Amino acid sequence: MIKKVYDGHIDYLQIMDENGEIDSEQMPPYLDDGKISEMYRWMSLTRAADTKAISLQRQGRAVTYGPSAGEEATQVGSAMALSPKDILVPNFRQHGSYFVRGLSLYDYFLYWKGYEDGMTAVKKINATPYIVPVATQLLHAVGLAFAQKYKNTGANVLTYVGDGGTSEGNFYEALNFAGVMKLPVVFVIENNQWAISTPRNRQSAATTLAQKAMAAGIAGVQVDGNDPLAVYKATRDALVNLKSAPTLIECVTYRMSFHTTSDDPTKYRQDAEVEEWSKKDPIKRVRAYLERRKLWNDSKQAEMDDQQSKLINDSVDKAEKFRPDPKSIFEHLYSFMPQILKEEEDAALGANFWQQGGQT
Amino acid sequence: MMLNMNTAINNALDTVMREDKNAIILGEDVGKDGGVFRVTDGLLAKYGSDRVIDTPLSEAGIIGTAIGMALGGLHPIAEIQFAGFMYLAFDQLVSHAARYRSRSRSTWTVPMVVRTPVSGGVKTLEHHAESPEVYYAHSGGLLIVEPSNPYDAKGLMIKAMHMEDPVLFLEPTKLYRLFRQEVPDGAYEVPIGKANTLRHGNNLTIITYGTMVPIVTSVVEKKGIDAEIIDLRTINPLDEKSILDSAEKTGRVVIVHEAPVSFGVGAEIAARVAEKAMFKLNAPIIRVASPSIPYPFPSYEQFYLPNAIKISQAIDEAMSS
Repeated sequence: MIKKVYDGHIDYLQIMDENGEIDSEQMPPYLDDGKISEMYRWMSLTRAADTKAISLQRQGRAVTYGPSAGEEATQVGSAMALSPKDILVPNFRQHGSYFVRGLSLYDYFLYWKGYEDGMTAVKKINATPYIVPVATQLLHAVGLAFAQKYKNTGANVLTYVGDGGTSEGNFYEALNFAGVMKLPVVFVIENNQWAISTPRNRQSAATTLAQKAMAAGIAGVQVDGNDPLAVYKATRDALVNLKSAPTLIECVTYRMSFHTTSDDPTKYRQDAEVEEWSKKDPIKRVRAYLERRKLWNDSKQAEMDDQQSKLINDSVDKAEKFRPDPKSIFEHLYSFMPQILKEEEDAALGANFWQQGGQT
Repeated sequence: MMLNMNTAINNALDTVMREDKNAIILGEDVGKDGGVFRVTDGLLAKYGSDRVIDTPLSEAGIIGTAIGMALGGLHPIAEIQFAGFMYLAFDQLVSHAARYRSRSRSTWTVPMVVRTPVSGGVKTLEHHAESPEVYYAHSGGLLIVEPSNPYDAKGLMIKAMHMEDPVLFLEPTKLYRLFRQEVPDGAYEVPIGKANTLRHGNNLTIITYGTMVPIVTSVVEKKGIDAEIIDLRTINPLDEKSILDSAEKTGRVVIVHEAPVSFGVGAEIAARVAEKAMFKLNAPIIRVASPSIPYPFPSYEQFYLPNAIKISQAIDEAMSS
């Protein structure tokens, strides 16, 4: 005997195309022009902050930085679909998601100037800190979702992983746990096509990354990750659907910049590919839409650019005035200070090396 | 009540599950089966499947999820079936459990306990007899405890669950059912970070923990020497003061542990004694530990493990100076 025991497919959703044209059949009523303008502002702010962070790094005023340029629709569209009590669990690239949640530019620049102190603010916006080891944060999202369900808070959890991260064991383990325990967690794959120099087709032979949901028995969907409307709708649908199953959303986007400021993409990818994707830039398409709707023009753009630029520069100025407390690297390790650690701290203080090390 | 270490930990888990409704037990086979060593026996029936969770077979999944639970305000007690399988979760422990408080400057904390059986001497298969404490001790941010008797096991577990920190709770497999001891019915704490002086003496200090404690005690009693025995109980943070006070008093130090000798807990203790008490010593510091090779297959283990003869020889050597 042979019979079909499983049958699955993956839908692809796009609402706004690269020219800013709307597929009216897919357009939900809650995505009004006010919402779309808001998306535009958040995406523009994210791009402007990103550009500034890269510039600071190039001047030696910030540490190694992972840019988000090109991926703003995935970040802003998904984060905007959350309610304030929901919890955001990013990796190290979701700057736009943080901004939507309310992370200040000051805290963002403070972090990227090399001070973990910038992460003291994230709990207040129901987010966890930047996480660097790839895909490991997905399991924290699973545990956080368990806690919400157990405590009946009604909050959901949204977490992110890159296309490279879907090759990690922790990715499968997280999806599997979420499926078995039926937890209120949405996984967003920010598929930007590149894991440093390794292209998407070297990560997996699967046609889509969204189909990896099937193996875990959770819902999966692929969306145009440069279309903030599609990302918003898919995230909102997933949040509504959480009572029956967690969802994996693959957002197909593009890393327009480098992996980090330490990376040189000209070594492994063609300019033509970047040019092709820049036509699909999420910010350009939303602007085209808003202009067609007579909601945007050059003077409004100039006004917004000025406002955002001032906000960014003020935040950088403030972050540069930050003076670190070197003791904080010892004193937040445990809930108490072990004697042997206290001696190491005292020895460091006694040797006066923090002062000798120089203040930059 | 007279309990062995296994039932003492079970009793401690029952105690903390009763007093804290945010305490959650999760791991492989911890529910109906009560764990492969039966440490969680009966707790599923008592507390239900929302609080005693049989997880998928996924060590990183267990620890990573437990970290998330702790971030979410719960107090998970994760079981890894054998320490030899915990390496799959190593990244979650050292990169996240140990660092989350620090990276968020104490705004996010990870109160959790990770229980796992350690060490050998019970003829198990490969990877079921590891003594991996130093891998974790090297990463600041994790508290590491290892009881050697039922009383300490219960008190350390209760204390661990009263901490806001991630605690790695190492349970020597060989000691689970080796002996019984009077254990109080109610809740009590054994301090973390404080060694236990099991026997007072003036001529020699023996520092040990875990599986080696009963062997060291028996050797000292048989030899009838005036030795002080310190059971560390907590590996990190090390109770340096108790070690130095005793070393300075007796002038002779022997360190005994089951984990391999190189770069081990013994090396750390010897370095601290040498740095701070060298001129009070009458003899070189001696380490008795397993050789620096992987834990051998079960029928070879008697050639590998420290035993009464090796410990006795080390004592004789220390006393001869």
